[in-house]
Amino acid sequence: MLHRFANPTRFLKMSNAVLPWATGLTVIFIGSGLYFAFGASPADYQQGETVRIMYVHVPSAWMAMFAYAFIAVASAVGLIWKHPVAHVCALASAPIGACFTLICLTTGSLWGKPMWGTWWVWDARLTSVLVLFFLYLGFIALANAFDDATRGEKASAILALVGAVNLPIIKFSVDWWNTLHQPASVTKIGMPAVHFSMLTPLLLMAVGFTMLFVVLVIVRARAVLEERRINALRSARIHADTAQNVA
Amino acid sequence: MTRKRRRLTVVFLSGLLLVTAAALVLTAFEDSIVFFHTPTDLATKKDLQIDRRLRVGGIVKKKSWNKQADGLTHAFLVTDLTHEVRVSYKGIIPDLFREGQGVVVEGHLQPDGSFHADEVLAKHDENYMPKEVADALKKSGQWKGEGEN
Repeated sequence: MLHRFANPTRFLKMSNAVLPWATGLTVIFIGSGLYFAFGASPADYQQGETVRIMYVHVPSAWMAMFAYAFIAVASAVGLIWKHPVAHVCALASAPIGACFTLICLTTGSLWGKPMWGTWWVWDARLTSVLVLFFLYLGFIALANAFDDATRGEKASAILALVGAVNLPIIKFSVDWWNTLHQPASVTKIGMPAVHFSMLTPLLLMAVGFTMLFVVLVIVRARAVLEERRINALRSARIHADTAQNVA
Repeated sequence: MTRKRRRLTVVFLSGLLLVTAAALVLTAFEDSIVFFHTPTDLATKKDLQIDRRLRVGGIVKKKSWNKQADGLTHAFLVTDLTHEVRVSYKGIIPDLFREGQGVVVEGHLQPDGSFHADEVLAKHDENYMPKEVADALKKSGQWKGEGEN
């Protein structure tokens, strides 16, 4: 199964087939999600209208973690089985994941001020998400720090795997330690802690964000693969030219 | 053992080592990772009873909130249902501050056992629902969340 996608040409063909569907689903889910988030959903009994920040904040937090988990798995596949497309996918996802993390931190800050009374606190949840953001930046910087692309891929893949230890810390920080951030609502066992009318926009947005991630990763991975192909063609031509000149 | 198998083993074993190391570090630093201490911690842990800046969290005890006429001076009890501590604060409190609601206060413990806060943060729980649903739940007696009954 994995070996089928390891071939760049097959990956490009597959992604061409998936891209229009993923784009359509992104528009439908984020569109309907925004409609419910800003129009057809009620205000919260305690937070009032501020609760609408949740429909952007929570899905981007999920995507921040999902993108990192994806990068870690792709890096492991790339390191162990040496699949070139795996590294390309990891590199393509990193700026997208970093962006979702930044959206999560910003909206969280804007939500924290009116609700908690502060923009930022150094509790375990907030701090571990900030660490995640720095891990993304470190991953991107390290991948681009080498002249030789394969060495950069290897070094950044190791960093991605080491940083993956942060994911369970983010997820369970609110259970292991007392924090200012409230515990998980949607995955809570038993009675759902979010009312149905508010769960609808939240889940629509979550599916929409996931589709958006798929679209962006495909577009970016394709760009990286095409860029490498151009570079290969160009250097082949330079070699051919110099060979001709020598002759 | 093929090279792939060897790489897989190396990645797996280093991962295991890393997780163990992280778990040990986090356990060792538990006291500094917690964002706030409970009133029970204050009553039982000796190292918290010296004069240093700390945060205390719990629920604002019902009918304990005493607001002065200037609108800025507040006194209330923070409880974790086992122990409670008297908190005094001068300043603006967040909108979500209510009796029966979670709160985190930051400041110094006084020699008389009360707590002088210079910052008050409201903590909210994981429940989200429209006002009508909250009212209906309270009416039918199935209310499990925080806040006044």
